Amino acid sequence: MNSRPVSILLYLVVMWLIVQLAVNGAASMGYNWQWYRIPQYILAQTDNGIQPGELVTGLVRTVDLTVRSFLLAVALGLVVALLRLSSLVIGVAVATGFLEFIRNLPLLVLLYLIYYVCGPVFGLDRYTASIVCLAVYHSVLISEIFRAGILAVSAGQWEAAQSIGMSRAQSYCYIILPQSIRFVLPPLTGEAVHLIKSSAIVSVIAVAELTTMGRNIISDTFMSFEVWLTVAAIYLVMTLMLSIFVTRLERKFSVASR
Amino acid sequence: MTQPNPIIDIRGLNKHFGDFQALSQVDLSVETGEKVVICGPSGSGKSTLIRCINCLEDYSSGSLIVNGVKLSEDNRDIRVVRMEVGMVFQQFNLFPHLTVLGNLTIGMVRVRKMSRTDAEERARHYLERVHIPEQADKYPEQLSGGQQQRVAIARALCMEPKIMLFDEPTSALDPEMINEVLDVMTELAATGMTMICVTHEMGFARRVADKMVFMEGGSIEEIAPPEVFFSKPESARCRMFLDRILVH
Repeated sequence: MNSRPVSILLYLVVMWLIVQLAVNGAASMGYNWQWYRIPQYILAQTDNGIQPGELVTGLVRTVDLTVRSFLLAVALGLVVALLRLSSLVIGVAVATGFLEFIRNLPLLVLLYLIYYVCGPVFGLDRYTASIVCLAVYHSVLISEIFRAGILAVSAGQWEAAQSIGMSRAQSYCYIILPQSIRFVLPPLTGEAVHLIKSSAIVSVIAVAELTTMGRNIISDTFMSFEVWLTVAAIYLVMTLMLSIFVTRLERKFSVASR
Repeated sequence: MTQPNPIIDIRGLNKHFGDFQALSQVDLSVETGEKVVICGPSGSGKSTLIRCINCLEDYSSGSLIVNGVKLSEDNRDIRVVRMEVGMVFQQFNLFPHLTVLGNLTIGMVRVRKMSRTDAEERARHYLERVHIPEQADKYPEQLSGGQQQRVAIARALCMEPKIMLFDEPTSALDPEMINEVLDVMTELAATGMTMICVTHEMGFARRVADKMVFMEGGSIEEIAPPEVFFSKPESARCRMFLDRILVH
C-alpha cells in the first residue's frame, strides 16, 4: 500500500477540521471577518501609484535584519568555534565563558540587556541593538555547528596538511574548513530558519519589522484574526522557501564535493 | 658506524603516552642518501618513531636533530623541518575536496608560494614520475588505492623534500596494488633520496635498504645492513620475528 496519498488525505482532513473549528468559533463569538481590508496592507494603492503596504515594508525589514544578523552570527560563530578548538588556554576560556553566558540567557532578556544596558553605553540604536542581539544569540548555536563540522574531518587530514608544511591557519583555510562545509550546511540552514523566527522578538523594542507592523495594524483596525493569520502565512512562506532552496543547494553540494 | 654529519640524528629518544612508554632510549642516525627500513611487530613504536621525525608526535626526552635543526617546542622550526621532510601515510590522507592536481599544487602554492603555473608544471612532472600523468584532473576517490598512494608520494615529492618518510605505505592496499607502489619507491631510492620506511615488505627491504632496523617494545633491538640482518641477526627476538614473517 502506498502510504503517501493516505497521509496527504489525512493531512487535508485534519487541516479542514481545524479551519472549520476556527471559522465556527469565530462565528459563534460574533467575529466580523474583514479579509477585504488585508490586501491594502500588502500593496497599497496611493496617489503615487502602487506602493508596498505596511506588511511588505515590515517583511523587507525582517529580511534585512535576518540577513545582517545571520552573516554576523556566522562570522562570530566561526571565531568562537576556532577559539574553543585552539590550544590557547585564554582563547578556550573566553569562548567557553561566552558560550555558557549567552546560551543560558533567555533571548528576551538578552535583548533587554543589549538594548537597555549596552545600548546607552555604546550608543546603539534599536535596530543595531536588534542585529547584535540576534547575531550574538545565534552565534553560540552556530559555533557548535562549526565545531562539530570541524571535528568531523578526520585527523589524517590535519596530519597530511601539516606534513606538507602548512601552518594551523593554512590547514584550516585550505584543507579543513572546505571539507567541513558539507557537514555544516544543513544545520546552518536550520539555524537561518530559526533566526527568521526569533527575529520577531525585536518587536518588543518597537523595531518596525513584520511582527511590529502586524501589531500596529491591529491596534488601528482590531482585525487580529486576519492580520495574525496573514503574518503567520508570510513567515511560513519565507522559511519554507529557504528550506527548499537549501535542500537544492545541499544536493548540488553533495554531488560537487563527493 | 660513526659517520660525519648525519641528516637525522636521534639520541636517547623517549616518548610516553600517559603511563605507556612508546619509545625508550632510541638512538638512530641516518646519512644523506641512506635508505633505512624499520620493521618490527605492531605496537613496537615504529610509526611513533617516524612520526616524531616529522613532529606529528612530540617526544618526552632525548634529542632529535633533523637536517641540522634541533626539534623542540618552537613552532617555526617545526615548519622549516616539515618543508624538508615528506611523509606518506598508511591511509594516503589525500585531500578529498581537491583534484589530484589540486592535491599536488596546494602545498607548493600556499606554503612554497610558487606561482600556479610553475606549481602545475612541477606537479605534472611528478605525476609522470609516479606513472599516473593521465589522472591529474580526477578526484582521489575515483582512483584505486595504489594510484591514490602514488598521488600521495607525488604530493610529498612536489615539496622537494630532502627526506622521505613512509609509514606502512602498502599496508592498506590490496595485494595486486602493492607492487606498483613499491616500484615507485624503488625508483625514488635510485635517485639518491634519503628514505625511512616502516614496512614489512621484506623483498623491497632487501633490494633497497642500506640499513635495517628492528624495533620491539619501543626500543631498537637491532641495526644491521640487510645482508647481515636477513642471514644472521644478533638478537633472538629479531630472528623470531623474521622467521615468522619470512615463512611464506
